[in-house]
Amino acid sequence: MTAVKNLSFTIEKGNVYGILGPNGSGKSTTLGIVLNVVNKTHGDFFWFDGHTSTHDALKKVGAIIERPNFYPYMTATQNLKLVCMIKEVSEEKIEEKLEIVGLLDRKDSKFRTYSLGMKQRLAIASALLNDPEILILDEPTNGLDPQGIHQIREIIKQIAAQGTTILLASHLLDEVEKVCSHVIILRKGEKLYSGRVDGMRASHGFFELKSDNPDHLKAYLERSASFGEVKLENGLVTAILKEEMDAAELNRSLVSQGIVLSHLVKRKESLEEQFLALTENQANPKTP
Amino acid sequence: MIRLLQIEFIKLWNNRISKILILSYFILLTSIALVAAIKFDIGPIKFHLAEQGIFNFPYIWHFTTYIAAFFKLFLAIVIVSMMANEYVNKTIKQNLIDGLSKKEFVLSKFLTVVSFALISTLFVFVVSLVLGLVYSDYNEPAIMLSDLEFIAAFFVKLVGFFTLCLFLGILVKRSAFALGFLILWMIVEQLLFGFLAWILASWDTAAAIKDLFPLQSMSNLIDEPFSRLNAVQSVAAQMGEKFALDYHVHWYEILIVLAWTAIFIYGSYALLRKRDL
Repeated sequence: MTAVKNLSFTIEKGNVYGILGPNGSGKSTTLGIVLNVVNKTHGDFFWFDGHTSTHDALKKVGAIIERPNFYPYMTATQNLKLVCMIKEVSEEKIEEKLEIVGLLDRKDSKFRTYSLGMKQRLAIASALLNDPEILILDEPTNGLDPQGIHQIREIIKQIAAQGTTILLASHLLDEVEKVCSHVIILRKGEKLYSGRVDGMRASHGFFELKSDNPDHLKAYLERSASFGEVKLENGLVTAILKEEMDAAELNRSLVSQGIVLSHLVKRKESLEEQFLALTENQANPKTP
Repeated sequence: MIRLLQIEFIKLWNNRISKILILSYFILLTSIALVAAIKFDIGPIKFHLAEQGIFNFPYIWHFTTYIAAFFKLFLAIVIVSMMANEYVNKTIKQNLIDGLSKKEFVLSKFLTVVSFALISTLFVFVVSLVLGLVYSDYNEPAIMLSDLEFIAAFFVKLVGFFTLCLFLGILVKRSAFALGFLILWMIVEQLLFGFLAWILASWDTAAAIKDLFPLQSMSNLIDEPFSRLNAVQSVAAQMGEKFALDYHVHWYEILIVLAWTAIFIYGSYALLRKRDL
């Protein structure tokens, strides 16, 4: 069983990267390999300049993977003290980091009494203890309620604003869209896309139109150089733009042609539709 | 090294059950001294255990190390669960991500186990010394300090047994199952012995091979001390029996146990390295 194959990418300082992919696409496996908890069969990875051993590199990295793992019988402070000792950093940052994630008033409660959202926030505090150069977050909002999701995202943005490089794995598109500057899209362990998030939705959008005479409208649009594909379904014409054009301009030119519209909407394709389109195309290669 | 021990100490000492078990273990070790208080006074029969010579130097070294070794099961539970809990809570994964290497992880557990053995040995040494000074008929330093090999054997025995527990904890990943596995292992060694004797048609050869088994080799280190007692010897003599027991600790017995210790530690490390977490 191959979880990840032929995947390669580089991340640069100061950006927020998203690894996006459906469940089981190899996100956690990829992170597991660079964090040295999953054994790789082939290939190599390097931390920082390439001269740092993984063991030393991990001390400059903060990472949380899937579920927060702490000793249930120990308090937040005791757990964080242990992490400090493992990372070989001083314990003075504990309170500061607990403050960031809003857990300072619960610092002496045992970990097992925490809610999932609090556990996840404690995990972030723990990952921040060594002021990491890179923060790796694997599905940090998984299983949280909307309020918890919001809190975590705010914390991530706050950390990103301070210039920490972040690598965030998620299967949620809007999460990546809201938080990340760059994205790597995975499907079944293979890379589908890698680049800027706004580069991914470089399309110009499309129009949804209705008219008394749809066939006439369709024929006109097909003749125009500004449009690519034009579809007519149940009286609704969908025309995909090949170049930028605003709705008023289209309306004006249609009226001058004697075509009167009863419905006109301009839409941007959502990231979600694009993501599905990207993964769809790879799943079923189009037959000629 | 101190850092690795500290890490493990935080994990153990904040766990209430571990703390209780560790404390009761050391209290029980000290309570060997209470044997001295055993006294029967039934009419004409007067029996005071302390006056039967069990606290005489150098015999006492043999006696206390033999008895104290039974209590190691308490620590076995602590050790198996300190390993298995890392898997159950998945904290092993977090430890490794936080920057502990797999080697350091195994080393921190091994150092803890060695410290347990060292402290136990120290306890037994002090308790025996005190009991001996109070009850022994001979207090000449030369006699007092002879047969100290039992103290060394006790240490090696504990280290060997505890690393076996560590290994089982990593292998099985669940403390209850790991302890069950330990009991199963005891039975398997006996079954294997019977099987070997049947195949080889010789009890002596089978017994020689059995001496190489991990648990058997650990128990060989300190033979039972009772047949050395004068009282037992004289009863046996009256019945026309004579024990010719070789009760000494042999270098090769220590070597076998040390070899198992190395195998278990390396095995734990190899398992950890091979497995995905």
